[in-house]
Amino acid sequence: MAQPVELPDKIHVGPVIDEGHSLASVSDKIGGIVLKRRITLGWVFGLLISFAVMQNLMAGATWLFVKGVGVWGINIPIGWGFAIVNFVWWIGIGHAGTLISAILLLLNQSWRNAINRFAEAMTIFAVMCAGMFPVLHTGRPWLAYWMFPYPNTMDLWPQFRSPLLWDVFAVSTYFTISAVFWYVGLIPDLATLRDTAKTRFTQTVFGALAMGWRNSARHWQRFEKASLLLAGLATPLVVSVHTVVSFDFAVSIVPGWHTTIFPPYFVAGAIYSGFAMVLTLMIPVRKFYGLEDIITLRHLNNMAKVTLATGLIVAYGYEMEAFFAYFSADNYERFLIWNRMTGPYAMFYWCLIFCNIITPQFLWSKKIRTSPGILWILSIVVNIGMWLERFVIVITSLHRDFLPSSWSMYWPTIWDWAVFTGTLGFFMTAIYLFIRVLPMITIFELRMLLPGAQVKEPVAQ
Amino acid sequence: MSVHHLVEEHTLYGLMAEFETPGQLVAAARRTRDAGFRKFDAFSPLPIHELDDAMDLHDNRVSLFTLIGGLFGCIGGFGLCSWVEAVALPLNIAGRPPISVPMYIPITFECTILIGGLTAAISMILMNGLPQPYHPVFNVERFAAAARNKFFLCIESADPKFDRESTAGFLESLGAEEIAEVAR
Repeated sequence: MAQPVELPDKIHVGPVIDEGHSLASVSDKIGGIVLKRRITLGWVFGLLISFAVMQNLMAGATWLFVKGVGVWGINIPIGWGFAIVNFVWWIGIGHAGTLISAILLLLNQSWRNAINRFAEAMTIFAVMCAGMFPVLHTGRPWLAYWMFPYPNTMDLWPQFRSPLLWDVFAVSTYFTISAVFWYVGLIPDLATLRDTAKTRFTQTVFGALAMGWRNSARHWQRFEKASLLLAGLATPLVVSVHTVVSFDFAVSIVPGWHTTIFPPYFVAGAIYSGFAMVLTLMIPVRKFYGLEDIITLRHLNNMAKVTLATGLIVAYGYEMEAFFAYFSADNYERFLIWNRMTGPYAMFYWCLIFCNIITPQFLWSKKIRTSPGILWILSIVVNIGMWLERFVIVITSLHRDFLPSSWSMYWPTIWDWAVFTGTLGFFMTAIYLFIRVLPMITIFELRMLLPGAQVKEPVAQ
Repeated sequence: MSVHHLVEEHTLYGLMAEFETPGQLVAAARRTRDAGFRKFDAFSPLPIHELDDAMDLHDNRVSLFTLIGGLFGCIGGFGLCSWVEAVALPLNIAGRPPISVPMYIPITFECTILIGGLTAAISMILMNGLPQPYHPVFNVERFAAAARNKFFLCIESADPKFDRESTAGFLESLGAEEIAEVAR
């Protein structure tokens, strides 16, 4: 659908896909990673480490269920600890995937075709990680279904005026639509795998998943329509999800949370951290799977530019937070910012400023934007910075509230860390499995970028 | 190019022609339609928008169903919030009215997207006749290339204009590289 827009050469640092690829070669290359490539020691090693780290989640969740949320570092007044920090961080990471798959599709950005599938898989896994935290944080996860409106013998209903319930709807819709959009996009590629698979087992599995897709023009016409509609629906959805997450904070009257800048600032932060995570994952994957000709330097350059742009919006958000506190002439707001900058958590605040405002400035340099190694390190710094941002927002706003007599400190316990690192293990395990069992790049969309796919009708014979 | 009759007349689903480029396929599809055939289909490893015009494919029902689904979700979402807060379990929360419109917008919006998106995906899949465990076109061995790098056009024997010999000749005149008989 995307006809590449021609821009002057100096804007681009290279082609969207290297020359020399044909319809057959992209199919074989991407499909071959799933069907032909042997399982390497590096992959097994990585999977085992991720799987081992995931056991932290098992241990952490088990102990939590046995003893209750008291095993975490939360207390009164800091009722929202790691659980909410990690929830907001994970769900933000997911946003880049939807931005790439939906918004860039509507904007006809053909470079997205090579990274769309991978980024959206990342979204789905990140939202899974995010979803675990509020459920664990309820303390009684076996009653989590109470959050949904259903007729029950207690004659109780959820409170629809609460942003926390909006969150339930936003996150579950986000997960459902992301998964559906992802699966719909997978159908033609699953058919390709089905038709090129050599063993009975793979043919059956991919055949069942492809549901009998036969690349018919009638199929494609409805498929394209549905993809466009899903993209059109997912675009406002992705903006709404982090807006609703920010409402969890902004609708309250807690100093530092009660600001109107939160929705746009959260959405920008989400895309910022999401693109950083895409870079963190994609740079090693393109290297180890020899995909430098498909995920080219142009992709890295473009993603780095988006990271820089959203990083600047986030920096503006930090400045405005400080300015509003000053300009509001409200003692509590002013104290909050002062406490953030100089209080017991000042270290976190200044680390966050370093990671999120100073670090992305390096991305002004084209040389850095096109050096995968440096970009990879920067992306990890940004990921850490965004995690710190969530920590600072959640913890410093709560730990010194209106009454000095109720001030307290929050430090995570080993069980907080167990659950957090466990979700990292879960996420990486899912990524490792995904790159082996499904085509990590959308094959049919790559085909559309090739010169061989352009329609040149022969003169009537 | 000669066609060997490998398939019995009554089990013949149609004739399939293979092309090298998308341009040839679009031209072939246009001429097939102009020749009066209606029961035919084109197959390509990627969506080709020119085919929609060439084959006169303008099915907008997916959009219509999505709109209906979205409206249903919108009304349902707002209705759910309002009914629960005004009828099922009315609670006075900081003096807000039973139907607190601004506070019901997020859930109304999410329900709109949820039902609209699900309708788009499900209606696309069902109207394409999926899931479909069996289809005759897969009986052609080379057809697997439709998911890789080749372009195909299949005229069904069910078309009133279909005639085994003359249709094969017609496909040949379109510049097909190879013509295969499709068993039912």
